[in-house]
Amino acid sequence: MNAIQLVLVVFSCFGFGAAVARFRRGRLSRAQLLIWSLLWAGIVAVVLRPETASFLARRLGVGRGADVVVYLAVAALFYLQFRLFSRLEDHERQITALTRELALKDIKEPPHGR
Amino acid sequence: MEKRVIVIPAYNEERTIAEAVRGALQVADLVLVVDDGSSDRTSEIAASSGAVVARHAVNRGLGGALGTGLAGALRLGADLIATMDADGQHRPEDAKRALDRLSAGDADFVIGSRMLERKGNMPVRRRLAQLLGNALTFLLFRRWVSDSQSGLRAMTRAAAERIEIRSSRMEVSSEFVKEVVDKRLRLAEVPIEAVYTAYSLSKGQSFLVGLQTAFKLVLHKLLD
Ligand SMILES: Nc1nc2c(ncn2[C@@H]2O[C@H](COP(=O)(O)OP(=O)(O)O)[C@@H](O)[C@H]2O)c(=O)[nH]1
Ligand SMILES: [Mg+2]
Repeated sequence: MNAIQLVLVVFSCFGFGAAVARFRRGRLSRAQLLIWSLLWAGIVAVVLRPETASFLARRLGVGRGADVVVYLAVAALFYLQFRLFSRLEDHERQITALTRELALKDIKEPPHGR
Repeated sequence: MEKRVIVIPAYNEERTIAEAVRGALQVADLVLVVDDGSSDRTSEIAASSGAVVARHAVNRGLGGALGTGLAGALRLGADLIATMDADGQHRPEDAKRALDRLSAGDADFVIGSRMLERKGNMPVRRRLAQLLGNALTFLLFRRWVSDSQSGLRAMTRAAAERIEIRSSRMEVSSEFVKEVVDKRLRLAEVPIEAVYTAYSLSKGQSFLVGLQTAFKLVLHKLLD
C-alpha cells in the first residue's frame, strides 16, 4: 500500500466513524447509515483496487477509471452544495419569520392619535 | 379619507431617522419604522419622533425589514401603504405623490422613479448600477420599469395582502416587480427626486453588494 492509499483509507475510516456516531445519536436513519457505509466502502475499494473503477468505467462507457471517480465526485459535491444552499435558505426564512412575529407582537397605534 | 401608513426600514440610521419620521408624518396618518436590529439608538429616536416602532431582534436585511413593514402596516389597518428610506434620500412630498396616485384608482402599485424627470443629483455609478438592475429585472420578470431599484413605492391594501416577500436583502426591490407581474397588479410610475447627501452615499450599497444581489435574483429564479 502506498502513502496516498493509506491516507485515503484512514480518511474514509474517519468518514465511516462519523456516520456511525451520528447514527448512534439518532441523527441518521438506518437507511442513511447504509448509504454512507456503501459510499465509504466504495471509496476504499476503488482506492485499494483501482481496477474496480476501470470496470465501472467500461460499464458506464466512460474512458478511464480515474475519470469515473472524478465525475462521480463532482456530481456528489454539486448535490451536497445544492442541499446545503437550500437548507441555508430555509433557515434564513425561518429566522426572518420568527424575527417578524416577535417584532410585530405588540405594536399598536399610539393612543393619542393625530 | 383612507388611512395612509408609511413604512420606513432603518438600519443604524440614528442620525437621519428623526427627520425622516417627522417628514413622513406630514403626509401620512401613521409612520411605522422597522428597526432592523440596529446597534445604535434608531428605535428610541424613531419612537420619540412619533413613529410606531417594530424592532427586529437581529438584522435580517432590507427585504426582511420591508416584509415586516408591510405585515405591520396591514395589522395597523392601513388602506394605502408607502415605503421610503431612512437615510434622507426620499422627500415626503414624493411619498405623497405616490400615495395620491393610488387614490386615483387605476393602479395597485406605484414605483417612485428617479428617471422620469431627471432632476436630482444621481451619481454616474449609481445610474449604472440602476440600469443593470433594470436590465436584469426585465430579463428575469419580463417587465421594464425605469427604476427597478427604487426604495420609494406605494401600494393599496389589497396589493400588500397579495404580495409575498421572500428575499431577505437588496434583491427585494426586483422581487416587488416580480410580484406585481405574477399577481397581475396594475403598475404605475411617478417621478421622484432622489437626494444624494454625503451621508446616504457613504452608507449606500457597494458594487459587491450589487453582484450579490444579482446572484441571488438569478438563483431564486432557478429555485422557486
Ligand atoms: N444597508 C442596509 N440597509 C437596511 C438594512 N435593513 C434595512 N435597511 C434600510 O434600507 C434602506 C436602504 O438602504 P441603503 O443602504 O441606503 O440602500 P441604497 O439607498 O439602495 O444604496 C435604508 O433606509 C436602510 O436603513 C440592512 O440590513 N442593510
Ligand atoms: Mg440609501
